[in-house]
Amino acid sequence: MSEHEYTPKSKVGKWFNDRLPLLTLANHLTDYPTPKNLNYWWTFGGILTFCLITQIVTGLVLAMHYIAHADMAFQSVEHIMRDVNYGWLIRYIHANGASMFFLAVYIHIFRSLFYGSYKSPREIIWIIGIIIYLLMMAAAFLGYVLPWGQMSFWGATVITNLFSAIPLVGEGIVTWLWGGYSVDNPTLTRFFTLHYLIPFLILGLVVLHIWALHVPGNNNPIGIDIKKPSKDTVPFHPYIVIKDGFALLMFMIVFAFFVFYTPNILGHADNYIEANPLVTPAHIVPEWYLLPFYAILRSVPDKLLGVIAMLSAILILAALPWLDTSKIRSAVFRPLYKQFYWILVADVLILGYVGAMPAEGLYLLIARIATAYYFLHFLVVLPVLGFKERTTPVPLSITEPILGGSPNLAAVKKKDSFKVQ
Amino acid sequence: MKNFFRISFLIALFFGFQFNSNAAEKVEYLKTDWSFKGPFGKFDRTALQRGYQVYQEVCSSCHSMKYLSYRNLVEEGGPEFSVEQAKAIAASFEVKDGPNADGEMFMRPGRLSDKFVMPYENEKAAQAANGGAYPPDMTVLVKARGGGVDYIYSLLQGYEDPPVGVTLDDGVYYNKYMYGNKIKMSNQLSDGLVEYSDGTNASVEQMAKDVTTFLMWTAEPHLETRHKMGFKAIVYLIILTVLVYFSMKRIWSRIETKV
Repeated sequence: MSEHEYTPKSKVGKWFNDRLPLLTLANHLTDYPTPKNLNYWWTFGGILTFCLITQIVTGLVLAMHYIAHADMAFQSVEHIMRDVNYGWLIRYIHANGASMFFLAVYIHIFRSLFYGSYKSPREIIWIIGIIIYLLMMAAAFLGYVLPWGQMSFWGATVITNLFSAIPLVGEGIVTWLWGGYSVDNPTLTRFFTLHYLIPFLILGLVVLHIWALHVPGNNNPIGIDIKKPSKDTVPFHPYIVIKDGFALLMFMIVFAFFVFYTPNILGHADNYIEANPLVTPAHIVPEWYLLPFYAILRSVPDKLLGVIAMLSAILILAALPWLDTSKIRSAVFRPLYKQFYWILVADVLILGYVGAMPAEGLYLLIARIATAYYFLHFLVVLPVLGFKERTTPVPLSITEPILGGSPNLAAVKKKDSFKVQ
Repeated sequence: MKNFFRISFLIALFFGFQFNSNAAEKVEYLKTDWSFKGPFGKFDRTALQRGYQVYQEVCSSCHSMKYLSYRNLVEEGGPEFSVEQAKAIAASFEVKDGPNADGEMFMRPGRLSDKFVMPYENEKAAQAANGGAYPPDMTVLVKARGGGVDYIYSLLQGYEDPPVGVTLDDGVYYNKYMYGNKIKMSNQLSDGLVEYSDGTNASVEQMAKDVTTFLMWTAEPHLETRHKMGFKAIVYLIILTVLVYFSMKRIWSRIETKV
């Protein structure tokens, strides 16, 4: 919050602002003091907002032409691809947009992990973020069912069947979710309704996410508390706006490349075969962004325990602010954590890779080791590291001279971006 | 900035690895030059017209094309038959229409607005006529198979005598590109099977290439528009990115911190 009280210059503006302080809000958003040393990994918040709006706008248009009926859904998607003006463009943006959304959110999450953005006083921002991420996965899964291709149908069957692992009531819950005794038309219509609802829930949570962010202000690459506003900060507009804009444009180039030149590479070929309850695809594989969790699910031999492991893998993130006992936020000053951080990144990538492979032999073994390590990282490594690790000296501010012979600003700036070890 | 690119590169590498690994277990497909590949790829009109001929004379007796209409044959970016030609093609099919004023269904010649006439009344009839196997609809077939156009192109030329030790049931054929190598469609193409009106030699390879090109178009009728628009969009984005980059440098030069 800026120190000075804002008063609109015009009389009309003042009259309006006294009744609904929208202008004060706009002023807060433009003046919002932001650490001046934010690097490009901080631009993904803006990129994610762009992704959400893109999905909502394209989704709105698709919903005008899509028919949520088991006999017509596949055909209506082909109608969109062929006969609706620029329908192919809208659909490819929406389908690839989901992947871009997840790409951005994973970078956003891993940025947070590297720089300790989840730590006090930003726990609520982090937890809201985890809820958004969960809703994103739900929305993506529901959306993938709507074209009613083979992967849609069988993906829906596999995922909804996970609920049958719940003792006693499991079977009943699955029937209730399906609206029948198998995935069928009632399932499709309710999935469509929920797919339409969730983005607006996400939008609401994004507002809370940003609101919660604006209370303590942004974390920054050196992870120290800074005075706001001060020499360490710049106003959000124009400095951060232009920088976010630049990063967003680069992101859009990648996005456009997928949409225009390889629009189907992130999808599965089987989803261009209309759903057929009598034919099971050879491999049922979720979309790439769910693969690490799919690997965790399959690495546990027991169904119920597998589901619990998969859910815990996500929910454990919510406890992260308390599992990480280190007082130092940024990995820049945590030499050991930095190593473990990159091991975790590799671990998740390995999980993603084995998630796409058949769950047998060597793949299964790797999946089990990677799953075990994933939990080990959060439950053992992080809590212990906070006590054992010898951190390097942290500067007192971004611009001020640094005490105790710690690195000067130039050195910090060099170190603060991600480093490939 | 440098690190940023380095990480992006690693992510790209990871994705590349994923896609490759998905295709790892498959055999090497036959390769040919597809005119529609690449950012400036376009369909070869004559190949599309010949491909339509192969589809019409060979495939369409079993395989439906249910999302395509005769009017699509004239549209820009497709085979671009003349309206007269397409009307003649449509009129050569009998379409069931009705009910008329007497409540009767009746047959009439096809029009441009009609969907492609299906070879069978329904899926069961198609199965009954093909030894239990349903000949898949061909409209989006190339997108529905992992190997895409290369797979279809190879499959059409992949018939062989089964290796020693492999026994085939009646009505099952050996194809080295088919998943599991067993296919219920017999070898359809033989040299000179169709007589191309443009005088092209109808070799098996030529027909396979033409009909696969046609199938690519039926699956992605807006491919040419997409490629053209993509080029414009990306050039526009790059120019804008450069402009915004310099604006950013200018704005940030007001303070001593570098972006």
